[in-house]
This record gives sequence, structure tokens and C-alpha cells, in this order.
Amino acid sequence: MSYLEFLRDYGPRLIDGTLMTAAQFVCASALAILIALVAGLMKLAPNALIRIPAVVYIEIFRGTSLLVQLYWIFFVLPLFGITLEKFTAGFVAVGMNLGAYGAELVRGGIQSVPRGQWEAAYALSMSPAKRMWRIILPQALVNMLPPWGNLLIELLKGTALVSLISVADLMFEAKQINGSTFLSAQAFGTALILYYLFARALVTPFMRWLERVMARRIGRA
Amino acid sequence: MKDLHDLSRYPLRLEGPDRPMVSFRNVTKRYGDLVVLDGLNLDVAEGEMVSIIGPSGSGKTTVLRMLMLERIQGGVIYVDGAPLSHMERGGKLVPANSRHLRAGREQIGMCFQHFNLFPHMTALGNCMEGPVQVLGLSKQAARERAEDLLEMVGMIDKRDEHPARLSGGQQQRVAIARALAMRPKVLLLDEVTSALDPEVIGEVTEVIRKLVQKYRLTIMMVTHQMGFAADISDRVCFFYDGRIEEEGAPADLFSNPQKERTQQFLSAVKSAD
Repeated sequence: MSYLEFLRDYGPRLIDGTLMTAAQFVCASALAILIALVAGLMKLAPNALIRIPAVVYIEIFRGTSLLVQLYWIFFVLPLFGITLEKFTAGFVAVGMNLGAYGAELVRGGIQSVPRGQWEAAYALSMSPAKRMWRIILPQALVNMLPPWGNLLIELLKGTALVSLISVADLMFEAKQINGSTFLSAQAFGTALILYYLFARALVTPFMRWLERVMARRIGRA
Repeated sequence: MKDLHDLSRYPLRLEGPDRPMVSFRNVTKRYGDLVVLDGLNLDVAEGEMVSIIGPSGSGKTTVLRMLMLERIQGGVIYVDGAPLSHMERGGKLVPANSRHLRAGREQIGMCFQHFNLFPHMTALGNCMEGPVQVLGLSKQAARERAEDLLEMVGMIDKRDEHPARLSGGQQQRVAIARALAMRPKVLLLDEVTSALDPEVIGEVTEVIRKLVQKYRLTIMMVTHQMGFAADISDRVCFFYDGRIEEEGAPADLFSNPQKERTQQFLSAVKSAD
């Protein structure tokens, strides 16, 4: 069977898988960004009662395996009465895991804003919330975009694990095709290329574009 | 020494038409064990222009930072008669909470050595931010106020530029407009020309000169520019080692300094020029 024939027969399934991977990627990214923002801000709070939950969260989700977390959320939580659909369990696990890494990026980005900016905002008598929201965060965002580009590629690759709870993503389809045809090189080789193209042709250019837009808004370009 | 820390020694308010706009009473500032200012007493009258000079490490910048940014470890600071560093609770002064400090500091504006303009906002946006977000002005009112001030500092043509596209002197003029947009009673100028190239210092000092001559604004200015300080100040304070070593009208202090350290400092500055 030539590679072209392989693509003709199994291409549609791999495309379907890629679309599922894209859906997982978008949902997990949105969750990771939200969690990163909340946990990152909480970690900077002067009040320990706010700070400690964020520290615990980050330690647990950064310090343990994503696969184990995924199994916990899908197989163990139902024992406590929380049953998630496999699609939901998949992106929740990936989003929560990468969100913990993102929280550190948010914290670092905020701390990289020069002290003079805090002082200038304080000198205008802005409230702490307005200082953060209007002055510090917009600048922190620009500083942390490049590492976020990296993190989102990590996240994309992390979504391959959801195939292990039978979410029909790209990796799942490749495994299925391999199982029924034993065309391992074609199946996994194509999956490899599709993951790479997803990252290189979609995620990275999008982040570069975002960096340019943000740099322009801050007057640096 | 002990009774200096007894807060009941300090009045709850400074009354009377002659009360100073800013008053430091026995103010002490420490960073850990390091005493930066020790028992500072300084009154600044309404509409007065006071320059603060001295060698680095003498505590002169700290005088301004205590008014706007930092807490003190001893004494009381009053602004326009009301305690700033402290607040009244049940007829007694207690150290101010952050809300009281922020409210009190609404009466004060500050400009910094490195301008600290908000890089993600235009010149106009920088000047509208405080009035809209803190004073609650409408966008329209804040815009008119900001444009008037940018006109005054000669930056109206650059109102839509971001700080990254402005020279140091231009940024500092916008920063002065931003501080004035809050309509402060007191303006603090912390080495506002120190980071500037020599050829643009003049455009900033011209703006400050205009402020002194046209508006009855109380100004405290930390500076290394002795000539400028001599020119426009009502009074000059020479700081040395966390205290005011000598103060007086600029004509007296610069041409006839009494203390040895003042003489040494001024001659060192003169020979460096």
C-alpha cells in the first residue's frame, strides 16, 4: 500500500482526530489561561489565606504527572460522585496541569514590571485593583507572551494523553489505525507531522502575531 | 527620646490660617537598622517652593518618598493641617491604614527621576488615567483638563504618542502634566532633571519655572541643579546624614553658607561643574 493510498483510506479519520485535538487544545488553553491568571495573582497576594491555596495548587499540579492527574479526574473523581464526560475530563486535566505552569509565568510577568510603574500608579492614588488591572497587567502580559507561546505548544503535545481515556483525538485515531492495519510508520509518522504542523503553522504564528499587536499597543514597535 | 514616640504629644490637626501646607514633626525613617532620617522637623508653607539638596545618601529623596510612597517609623506628617502618616481614632492618633494614606496622598502629586509614564497609554491617556479612574471625572472632562495641561507643558502636539516615542525631556513634561491633572495641593519633584540629556534639561526647568510663577502651588524639589534651585526657590534645605544641616533663602545659603559641611558640599559641586 503506497503512502498516498494510506492517506486516501485513513486521511479522513486522521483529519477528524486532528479536529478533536484542536477542540481539546482550545478548551484546555482557555482553562489554563484562566487558572494561570487567578492562581498567579493569588500567589502574589500579601494575605497568606489567599496565597496558600494557590501555592498548594501549583505544587500539586506541577509536581505530579499529567497522566496520573488525567486518570484521577476520569477514573477516581466518579468515586466521589463527580463524573465528567471523557471530553471534559480530558481538557480539564490538561488545562489544570498547564495552568499551574502558567501561574508561574503570570507571577513572573507581573514581577517583571518595573517598580516605578507601581509607584507612579500609587502616586495617582489608584486602588490596588485598578493598579493591577489598568497599569501592571497590560504590561505584564506583553512581557509574558513569549514564554506563553512555549507553554501552549507544551499544552498541545500534552493533549495526546487524552487518547488514553478514549477521547477520539489525533493520537487515538493513529493508534486505532495502527491496531487494525499494523502500518505503524505511516500512522504514527502522519500523526507526528500533523502535530508539528499544528504547532508550527498555527500556534507559533498566532503567538508571534499577538506579540506584534501587543508590542504596538504598548508603543514599542 | 522616649516621649517623642508618645503620639498624644502631637495635635490631632494643625489649625489656623498660618498653618503649614506640609509639616514633618520629629519624623524618623528607618530601613531595618539603617536610620535614613532622624527626627526631621520641616514646615513648608502654602505656595512655597522648597528645594532639597545634599550629597547622595543624605536622605533627601526619602523626604519626598515618605510623603508619597513609604511609611515612617516615628513622628507625624501633616498635609494641609490633617495628619497623613496617622489618623484619628477615638480622639487619639494611630498609625494610618493604607486607605487613609491613599486618601491623604490624593492631595499630593509626584514626578520621578525616570518619569515612570505608563508605556501602554498615550501622552493624553497618561494624563487622563488618574482623573477618570480615581477622581471619577467623565472622559470628556478629563480630556479637556489633560489637553489644557499638555498645552501648558508644550506637549499638546504629541498627545497621541506613546512614551516610547518621546524624548526624556518630553516624557518628563508629560509626567508633570499627569501629576497636575490630579489638581494636587503639593507637588513633589524627585530629581526630575537628573536622567535627562543636558540639552533638554532647559525645557523641563522652564515648565517648573512657569508653575512657580503662575500657580500658587506648594512644591518640594529634590535636585542636583544648584543654579536652578538658587534661581526659583523660596528656601533651600541642605541635607546631610539624615538631618537638615542648614537651610535658608537661596541667596544666603549659596553665597554665604554658615556650616562647614555646606561649604564643602557647595564647593565640591561648583568644582564639578
